[in-house]
Amino acid sequence: MSEQPIIELKGITKTFGEGAAAFQALKGVDLSIKRGDFVAVMGPSGSGKSTTMNILGCLDVPTSGVFKFLGTEVQSLNKDQRSLLRRRYLGFVFQGFNLLARTTAVENVELPLLYRGEHKAERREAALRALDRVGLRPWADHTPAELSGGQQQRVAIARALVTDPEVLLADEPTGNLDSERSIEIMEFLSELNGQGITILMVTHEPEMAEFAKTIVHFKDGLVERIENGARNHAHAGSGVNG
Amino acid sequence: MFGTTLMLAFREIRRHLMRSFLTTLGIIIGVSAVITMVTLGRGVTADIEEQISSLGSNVFFVFPIQGERGQFRPFDEDDVTAVREQIAGVKSAAGQVDSNVVAIYNGQDWETTVEGVSGEFMDARGIEMDVGRRFTEAEETSGANVCIIGPTVQEELFLTGESPIGERMRLNNVSCQVIGVFASRGSVGGGGDEDNSVFMPLTNVQRRFTGNDNIGYMAVSYDSAYDSATMTNALVDLMRERRVLLEGQANDFDIVDTAQINETVQSTVGTMTIMVAAIAAISLVVGGVGIMNIMLVSVTERTREIGIRLAIGALAKEVRLQFLTEAVVLCCFGGLVGMILGFVFSYSLAGALGFPFIFDPFINILSFVISALIGILFGYFPARRASQLDPIEALRHE
Ligand SMILES: Nc1ncnc2c1ncn2[C@@H]1O[C@H](COP(=O)(O)OP(=O)(O)OP(=O)(O)O)[C@@H](O)[C@H]1O
Ligand SMILES: [Mg+2]
Repeated sequence: MSEQPIIELKGITKTFGEGAAAFQALKGVDLSIKRGDFVAVMGPSGSGKSTTMNILGCLDVPTSGVFKFLGTEVQSLNKDQRSLLRRRYLGFVFQGFNLLARTTAVENVELPLLYRGEHKAERREAALRALDRVGLRPWADHTPAELSGGQQQRVAIARALVTDPEVLLADEPTGNLDSERSIEIMEFLSELNGQGITILMVTHEPEMAEFAKTIVHFKDGLVERIENGARNHAHAGSGVNG
Repeated sequence: MFGTTLMLAFREIRRHLMRSFLTTLGIIIGVSAVITMVTLGRGVTADIEEQISSLGSNVFFVFPIQGERGQFRPFDEDDVTAVREQIAGVKSAAGQVDSNVVAIYNGQDWETTVEGVSGEFMDARGIEMDVGRRFTEAEETSGANVCIIGPTVQEELFLTGESPIGERMRLNNVSCQVIGVFASRGSVGGGGDEDNSVFMPLTNVQRRFTGNDNIGYMAVSYDSAYDSATMTNALVDLMRERRVLLEGQANDFDIVDTAQINETVQSTVGTMTIMVAAIAAISLVVGGVGIMNIMLVSVTERTREIGIRLAIGALAKEVRLQFLTEAVVLCCFGGLVGMILGFVFSYSLAGALGFPFIFDPFINILSFVISALIGILFGYFPARRASQLDPIEALRHE
């Protein structure tokens, strides 16, 4: 792999509201992330972590600055072009799981493939494979209401994985889980990272950040410092092949 | 992609079956009402058409009416002859006169009408014989005491299976021999029973019942190669001349044309059908507003779902298509149920009211297409709203 970072932020600012009510959530964020990295984003509440993740996830655009994703300048793309980027390269895991209610696990996992226009049989097969990867194959026909929080989050991860994304974005993926489930999820994420997926994750819990290779600390809308994670050493050099 | 969208729409509707049904009720009522009204209208038209055709086709009825100065001058046989002989295109012209009588047979009384007619009159009116024969020319000229009874009279005075031919019956105190039964000519406009009548030669009725040479009205049939307006003009000119009406004086007679009655009645029924159907169509629009309302509720309810879909890469137009499809499927479902109900209503109403049931494929297809269009029209705004949601906001919803 080249040294070209997969994600590059330069002087990113984000202002919400206008005039007197305007609030600058990001004040010039510079950050670059290498392919195959596992980044934990930490920082106090309101420091701009989610805002940054939304921009990285192409869900939102910066007020100013340059955001290069796989060499493409995302800030100049329109809504639909960003949708196409998301569907092609990105997987999302949210704090609140965000599964469709009254929809079975396997159908939830199929959802992204639906928008890729894949055929029913292929969709089903890929979704079952993804569920298998998160160990929930037997729960394929259960609705979210019938699953525990940890299981729901694993379904959400399967949904993010089913398209073989380049980057997995997770905003407080363990925020709603007890520590035992959280560790399970984190172990699973590092396993995925070992298989080559670049992961960006927001977390408040240092134990969870332990699993990352790189830890980015935010403060007041700026990157305060970047440190190597506890595992970075262990994983260093193993690169994409895990 | 479209198949998938359709499947999603069906799934969503199945999930809220009761709500979906109630939502489409407006469409169901609208479509079934429009179809019922139009189908019944067609039945009524066909019914009236049939009744009018029982008067005979290409026939004029000429009546004397009160003139400007209060004069009432009946026609006589000379007028009939003049019409028959002086107007080109006239096939037959015949006078009729009638009188209310009591028919007595075998000790039973029956109130009926005696009509003085001729074979030519029966031709003009298109009256067929059921059994027996018509009057001979000799009987007509001499005014013989022979009669042709109507089906109602036969039914009332004779036993089933008993042949009335050759029997003698009395009309008031005039005795006559039954020589035939005429075939049913139906009832016109639901009025009097046209079959409750006894025919006798015209001269006989004039002599024995009305006591003068007057005739009540003329039936004039004309060659279908001639058009109604030309014939009417010729008739008016001739009658005005014969009745010595000066220029500027109003006609003291009236001409009724079956083709014209037909046209008038048809256009009246047509207009009424359109009006009633238009009122019914308003409920279609109300139904559309109902669809829009529930779709807006649905968009709000499913904001989070929309956020998820957008986040994983759905395009705005895909979300829009999904909601639009849902609205259209709902409306088409309503249209379909409405069509079935419309069929049931119009079929049973036509049966109950005694009209023929005439299935009109055009109005069925039109109603269905219109309900689909209503789905597009009223589903577009909610669908657009869904597609324009901001994914971040939508995900944060609730
Ligand atoms: N849509 C918005 N409109 C106005 N202000 C916003 C909006 N989104 C975020 N902000 C503000 O921007 C700042 C950064 O928000 P952000 O959600 O990025 O914080 P965070 O680091 O994720 O915090 P937390 O740890 O609580 O999730 C906050 O002060 C927040 O109030
Ligand atoms: Mg946050």
